[in-house]
Amino acid sequence: MVDFGFGLVPSSRINLDLFDKDKYRELVKIEPDARICMACGSCTAVCTAGKFVHTSLREAIEDILNAKNDKALESLQACQLCGKCSMVCPRGINTRHLILSINKVYSAK
Amino acid sequence: MTPLLYLLAAQAPDPEVIDRIPSGFSPFVLPFTIGVAFMFSWIGVGLIRLLAAIPKSDRIKFAKSLFIPKTALKNIKDLFCDCLFHVKIWQRKPLLGYMHSAIAFGWFMIIILGHIEVALFVPARLNVTRGGLFYPIFYRYFVWMNPGHTTLRGAFFFFLMDFFLLYILSGIALAIFKRFRSIVLGMRHTTKPSLADRVALYSLWMIFPLRLLAESFTADLSGGSFLTVPVNHFWHFLFGDKLWFMPTWWAYSICLGLFFAAMPFSRYMHILTEVLWILLRNAGIEPNHPRKGVAEAEIYACSSCGLCLDACPMNVQKKNLKYSSVYFIRFLRRHNEKKINDIADKCLMCDKCHALCPVGVNAPALRRAQRATVNNAIPFDYSYLSTASGSTLAGETHATLGTVRGGTGASLCEASGGAERSEAVARPRVLPETATGKVLYFAGCMTHLTPRIIKSVEKVFKAAGVDYVFADREGGICCGRPLMLAGRKEAAAKVIEANKKMIEESGCDTLVLSCPICLKVFKEEYQLQGIRIVHYTQFINDLIASGKLAVKNTGEKIVYHDPCELGRGCGIYLEPRAALGQVGTLVKASKEYDESICCGGSLGSLTLDMKDRGKISESSLDSLLANDPQTIVTACPLCLKTFSEAVSNSKGPRKDVKVKDFAEVICG
Repeated sequence: MVDFGFGLVPSSRINLDLFDKDKYRELVKIEPDARICMACGSCTAVCTAGKFVHTSLREAIEDILNAKNDKALESLQACQLCGKCSMVCPRGINTRHLILSINKVYSAK
Repeated sequence: MTPLLYLLAAQAPDPEVIDRIPSGFSPFVLPFTIGVAFMFSWIGVGLIRLLAAIPKSDRIKFAKSLFIPKTALKNIKDLFCDCLFHVKIWQRKPLLGYMHSAIAFGWFMIIILGHIEVALFVPARLNVTRGGLFYPIFYRYFVWMNPGHTTLRGAFFFFLMDFFLLYILSGIALAIFKRFRSIVLGMRHTTKPSLADRVALYSLWMIFPLRLLAESFTADLSGGSFLTVPVNHFWHFLFGDKLWFMPTWWAYSICLGLFFAAMPFSRYMHILTEVLWILLRNAGIEPNHPRKGVAEAEIYACSSCGLCLDACPMNVQKKNLKYSSVYFIRFLRRHNEKKINDIADKCLMCDKCHALCPVGVNAPALRRAQRATVNNAIPFDYSYLSTASGSTLAGETHATLGTVRGGTGASLCEASGGAERSEAVARPRVLPETATGKVLYFAGCMTHLTPRIIKSVEKVFKAAGVDYVFADREGGICCGRPLMLAGRKEAAAKVIEANKKMIEESGCDTLVLSCPICLKVFKEEYQLQGIRIVHYTQFINDLIASGKLAVKNTGEKIVYHDPCELGRGCGIYLEPRAALGQVGTLVKASKEYDESICCGGSLGSLTLDMKDRGKISESSLDSLLANDPQTIVTACPLCLKTFSEAVSNSKGPRKDVKVKDFAEVICG
């Protein structure tokens, strides 16, 4: 095997072949706001649960696009739905429904 | 009722009333009898099914409640006020109240009086085997008044029957008029009737005119009063001596039969279910499923009157009419899962439909129960709440008369790595020894995003010399209400448990909250023994009233917005107004108190988008600015933020209106 001298850490490897188009379409259908996130991270900055454990809606959306559905769910499992993120979102995303929808769509086997 | 009485009446030498048809039966009664028998058996089976679906403990509670004097009295009062006289509709829209009570109370009286007449004059006919089911209804057909023997007693009943018939007819006339021009009676939108509703509705319209027709055709035989006798003369004038009255009685019976047969599938089911719902409601039994058990009584008690259509803040846009409570309940009846979920998720949970419902149907609670069927199963992991001890959840600091001791909770967010983070959380942190304050102030998540509230509250506390502990200066956890609103009861219970521990450990005796969303859930779900839970509007009003806080009146024209969760949710309307009256001149909004319009920012709605919310904010602003106030004052961080944005987005003189929080205005 030729060693090219560089490589990826397995955990951060992105495999877009695994991207679940059907589920993403379903998500966008029940919460179209999933598309308009600009990843500013305001939601994560104010997150109530985020003060205790890693919780990030921004990362969850990115993880879904990077075909890491389980990681996305993990980023949201501590969410208390308090709604602070919807108050600060500059894009006016209905964050609470987006979180519930991601949970509904991606935790269904 | 007894055979003896009957014999006496029949054998009296000159009876007042003669049983015209000895068999006491005529084929025309069949449509009515079949319809009413079908309706009663349907309802009987339904009632048994319903009671079987209620948990046993609730059934016992229900049975007991019927014998508790206090509840029993309330039952009687509610049954008379709500079912017969419709006091709530009278208070809201007098014409609608007249219309409804004319039909309901008038009909009730006609049925009762009919039975009394039978009991007095031909008592044997009350027996079910001798036509008791239909005889009192068609009494006028079966009897012949002895012209040689009229009494005052008989004439009295004739008068009453005609009087109530006229009363009902006036109600029916209004009801028909309402179908075409509802706005005259005070309703902008009315419910779109379903097919069964239409059948029942049109037959209901026909029943009483036909009754007048039938009774007037036979008035010369069976007697009548100021209404039926003149009409009878008119028929004689028109058709000659011999009147052929059978078709009118057939038509009357068919309409009654149709009405009762359609009743279980139509809105008119509320006539009977309302009684059951009032008893269940007063027994304190709450639905735990959106469709089964108690909820079934509740949804069938909905009369589809449509008062919730005009009440709903979403209906400022016509396209949202379909999300109103009346349609939610209609689809619950029909088990239309897709539509039920759509409607349940859209609602702002402002509770206005519940507050104004003449039957007291708690549609927001049903929507929450419906959301729970979908959202409660979503997995969650709140293990971080239990590893953190009570007092670590909120980084408390203690402030005594303005001396603020160092915040200790900042370390909660200082850790960045995974392992370090959990350590940081698990580190126990206790209240400072010097904490003597019995007042605990809990700001809540939303208040932290509108820090001007916190600043003003602290300023007021300082000015009044309140010795308090700030529970979540460095941020706390959510109160659990947003989770409850989303139907995630289990997750909410975890958050509530953690907060409860924190508050109980603090040793406070008064808990002051600045967010009405928190207040509602603290009051309803926390069961904090021995701790007084107050909203800061109440607390500050007390401070002013007891002279601890001096305020000066600037004469500013203020309008107060009732936040949903504070007003309708917790019944707090007067305290904020009393306090604001001391610092400025209160002007009225066009809709206030329990009619106040949601600001549009509510956490209750799961799917309503920003554009629709904006429209609601606008309509709420319109209502608030009706009397040209200089300042809008509210007592909820969400309302504050929503109105601030709405005002800054608006054009013209509106832009100059200030939006302030209650505490901000108090401290000047």
